[in-house]
Amino acid sequence: MSERSSLILPDTGEPGFGLYVHWPFCAAKCPYCDFNSHVRHQPVDQARFTAAFLREMEHMRTLSGPRTVTSIFMGGGTPSLMAPETVGAILDGIARHWHVPDGIEITMEANPSSVEADRFRGYRAAGVNRLSLGVQALNDADLKFLGRLHDVDQALGAIRLAREIFPRMSFDLIYARPGQTVDAWEAELKQAISYAVDHLSLYQLTIEEGTPFFGLHKARKFTLPDGEESALLYEATQEITEAHGLPAYEVSNHARPGAESRHNLTYWRYGDYVGIGPGAHGRLTLGREKLATATERHPETWLGLVESQGHGMTDEERLGYEEQADELLLMGLRLKEGIDLVRWQQLSGREPDPDREAFLISHGFIERLGNSRLRCTPSGMLILDSVVADLAC
Amino acid sequence: MSTNSTRTPLDHIRNFSIVAHIDHGKSTLADRLIQTCGGLAEREMSEQVLDNMEIEKERGITIKAQTVRLHYQAKNGETYILNLIDTPGHVDFAYEVSRSLSACEGSLLVVDASQGVEAQTLANVYQAIDNNHELVTVLNKVDLPAAEPERIKEQIEEVIGIDASEAVLISAKTGLGIPDVLEAIVEKLPPPKSPGGENAPLKALLVDSWYDTYLGVMVLVRIIDGVLTKGQQIRMMGTGARYGVERIGVLTPKMVNVDSLGPGEIGFITASIKEVADTRVGDTITDDRRPTAEALPGFKPAQPVVFCGLFPVDAADFEDLRAAMGKLRLNDASFSFEMESSAALGFGFRCGFLGLLHLEIIQERLEREFNLDLVATAPSVVYEIAMTDGTERELHNPVDMPDVVKIDHIREPWIKATIMTPDEYLGGILKLCQDRRGIQTELTYVGSRAMLTYELPLNEVVFDFYDRLKSISKGYASFDYHLTDYREGDLVKMSILVNGDPVDALSMLVHRSAADRRGRAMCEKLKELIPPHMFQIPIQAAIGGKIIARETVRALRKDVTAKCYGGDATRKRKLLDKQKEGKKRMRQFGKVEIPQEAFIAALKMNDE
Ligand SMILES: Nc1nc2c(ncn2[C@@H]2O[C@H](COP(=O)(O)OP(=O)(O)OP(=O)(O)O)[C@@H](O)[C@H]2O)c(=O)[nH]1
Ligand SMILES: C[S@@+](CC[C@H](N)C(=O)[O-])C[C@H]1O[C@@H](n2cnc3c(N)ncnc32)[C@H](O)[C@@H]1O
Ligand code: SF4
Ligand SMILES: [Mg+2]
Repeated sequence: MSERSSLILPDTGEPGFGLYVHWPFCAAKCPYCDFNSHVRHQPVDQARFTAAFLREMEHMRTLSGPRTVTSIFMGGGTPSLMAPETVGAILDGIARHWHVPDGIEITMEANPSSVEADRFRGYRAAGVNRLSLGVQALNDADLKFLGRLHDVDQALGAIRLAREIFPRMSFDLIYARPGQTVDAWEAELKQAISYAVDHLSLYQLTIEEGTPFFGLHKARKFTLPDGEESALLYEATQEITEAHGLPAYEVSNHARPGAESRHNLTYWRYGDYVGIGPGAHGRLTLGREKLATATERHPETWLGLVESQGHGMTDEERLGYEEQADELLLMGLRLKEGIDLVRWQQLSGREPDPDREAFLISHGFIERLGNSRLRCTPSGMLILDSVVADLAC
Repeated sequence: MSTNSTRTPLDHIRNFSIVAHIDHGKSTLADRLIQTCGGLAEREMSEQVLDNMEIEKERGITIKAQTVRLHYQAKNGETYILNLIDTPGHVDFAYEVSRSLSACEGSLLVVDASQGVEAQTLANVYQAIDNNHELVTVLNKVDLPAAEPERIKEQIEEVIGIDASEAVLISAKTGLGIPDVLEAIVEKLPPPKSPGGENAPLKALLVDSWYDTYLGVMVLVRIIDGVLTKGQQIRMMGTGARYGVERIGVLTPKMVNVDSLGPGEIGFITASIKEVADTRVGDTITDDRRPTAEALPGFKPAQPVVFCGLFPVDAADFEDLRAAMGKLRLNDASFSFEMESSAALGFGFRCGFLGLLHLEIIQERLEREFNLDLVATAPSVVYEIAMTDGTERELHNPVDMPDVVKIDHIREPWIKATIMTPDEYLGGILKLCQDRRGIQTELTYVGSRAMLTYELPLNEVVFDFYDRLKSISKGYASFDYHLTDYREGDLVKMSILVNGDPVDALSMLVHRSAADRRGRAMCEKLKELIPPHMFQIPIQAAIGGKIIARETVRALRKDVTAKCYGGDATRKRKLLDKQKEGKKRMRQFGKVEIPQEAFIAALKMNDE
């Protein structure tokens, strides 16, 4: 325990500077997933991808300049399909280009189906100190419905192993599944909490256009909890996690105070981050503007671009104040801590509309924290997208 | 080209209107007559060549009456001048028919040989008879297998009460029987009369006027007495306006200049008249220096009977809309507009129309020809309000309704409606009329067809009566009406409140007996159309302070993106931009935002 907490640098409240690396491959495509993930039936040439990651890093370094990294995140796809050497090479590359202090958070996503004790030790040895496991459900029927390759036993095995090897560990669950009652979810959630270390990500199932679930849902092959039911599920989730010391610090993320994902906080606090790999996004402050970068999503196309031009960027947008203000608002209000109004006002050049603010406050959707912070109340959080749209106009 | 002629003797002139129920083939018959008399070369012909407005072509209907002068060499060897006026069949444009009739001595009554007598057949034939017209009855579309000319002849005799034994059987489509029609025109229709003759002071009827992009305002005239010549100083007896005649011509249907027009002739003049509204249809035109002693009786101007608000969807289009309306009005004096502002819809115009088709056509022309996107509010009729202080007011817009305590009573326009229908639909139609406060005055049968006459409040008809009638009768019933009088009615203003605020554009005058039903329907509809907000929204229908119907749009329970897409803030921002864009198309009612589309749908709402 003491070893664990010593690894967490104290949260300064600063947005920080993160490094994101995207591994775009999975063993199978889950029917609900619209992340940039691809299935390959031939082995992926990891050496070639590693070289490309390193080259793109070089380019990103010229954009960002020298900076001190506050977190690294390897996401996917399924990064646990990477060989430990690949992970090591990437982390070493980052350390060559930017200043990486000891003890910063280095997270990797992993799927329970691709767990091997040796590989986990290899990731740890390469420098990974936090694992995020895609457990998704704690009953086999739902895991099957979600198209996952693992069962509950494998998930529990992976959790056990991760707890053993990594100082910090989180896992993801998807809830508000078809037919899921509040009672059933409460029981499952309590079970999950008993396995948790200090962090849980709990996402309500979202039907995304272009996924198999989208067509099935439209054809009424299954039905999801309606607005009222999913609100009740959400509220139950807040209550239970809070009661067990894992309160929400973001819409879907829960942690023991101090154990929040530093990397994700950087997104939500609208800090700067570099995105490397296919379909990765970045934000880099350049004076008054913020550079929004996005790379080619298709892995092999991205690879070709990097090899020919040194980076896979297809979009480079310079965000003006107004756009930055919008992004700050829509990312920041997801956090329980809310946003720094002074910062928002500097960007947007205005105060929140007094009528709208008064209206939202009187309905109990938002509140002021002292003079300079604005945040959603728990009931505001439930309709956050509407609240943001109201404030952004 | 300019033709000068020695005057055509009156007995070599025939002036006639072609009248019929809608779609019975008037314009097609006109095509054949023009073709046969060589008015247009083969390559200049097209189907319904006189329907020259784009909207007429597209909808296959005539909106504006058109005049054509033809030369016809009859079997007796003589050449006659035939002036034909093709008229519209639809009830909204009945005014076009009536003024056309007053310029002629005879009519071709066209009846579809399979459909038989329909509501507008009756309305138009009676008008022709009222104008002392001789009639030539023509049974059209005999080429169709369903044609039953013998049965239809009997029907005409029975229903209309005119002799149909000599009806000419034709197909305007194939040209069959056209020579017989031409002969009948010459033989049976009387030549025009000129009580004063050629040498009397000029006396001419102002039949119609329209705006031509090149020539400006053109006036259609029918000469009664005297001669109209180029350069002549004329006076409109009604308005007192004086003009110098610039151009005189006839339509063949191409414009052909002539130097003068004499008794019995029909032609056009131009005279630097600025606007169509400066001319009064039915006015008498005379020589300014040698005026005729007595003006013609003239006729009542066409009055708008249906009003609605037209608003630009995009507020920035307001000035364009004003300009577009001005242009349309140049050519259509029966359409009126004045500025209106609505809390719900912003700035727009309150517009008057001859009927719902007229409304629809004007709206469509504004949208298409001027590229505007419009919202129309619910159509309303013109009410007469008797105030307690003894004064009277006209009410064109429910929003302007005075305080009820100052109102003594309200009168509403009533119509006499004629409905012809196959008897199998009679039950449904009777119920419809009953529901709409109708008073049955007649019910007769001719074979399996029923003819119904009803007195109905116009306000019940402008709502969706015609659509309902069509759907009940699967399209087989026909309908005609004319305004008869104003009657006192138990009318109340129904307001619609959204979140406690009245939405001006949704308020309407309704009969008390229909208020509950209409109020409930509107609330239910709005409940469906208003998206959930962060708070619950009561929707109410109210009369005065009394709530008669209520629905609630429940508050949004959950609206939050669960997933975090890592650093892809762009995706979220794009979604937010879409939401913002969407909000721009929302109409703000206090704190409630109603999407423009929903609002339009609510206004289009059908009765049930
Ligand atoms: N088969 C057949 N069809 C005809 C005949 N005459 C007209 N039609 C068709 O009937 C339809 C209506 O013809 P129109 O000439 O436009 O009728 P209308 O009486 O001028 O109609 P409105 O001006 O709208 O009142 C068109 O589709 C014509 O082609 C005919 O003799 N035989
Ligand atoms: C980027 S995914 C990758 C994690 C890893 N590949 C896995 O699936 O185990 C991160 C998380 O998003 C959540 N997620 C993905 N698609 C979702 C959807 N359609 N609805 C709700 N949550 C979703 C899942 O919990 C998933 O673990
Ligand atoms: S494993 Fe994860 S990233 Fe891959 S398809 Fe499934 S949810 Fe998507
Ligand atoms: Mg026609």
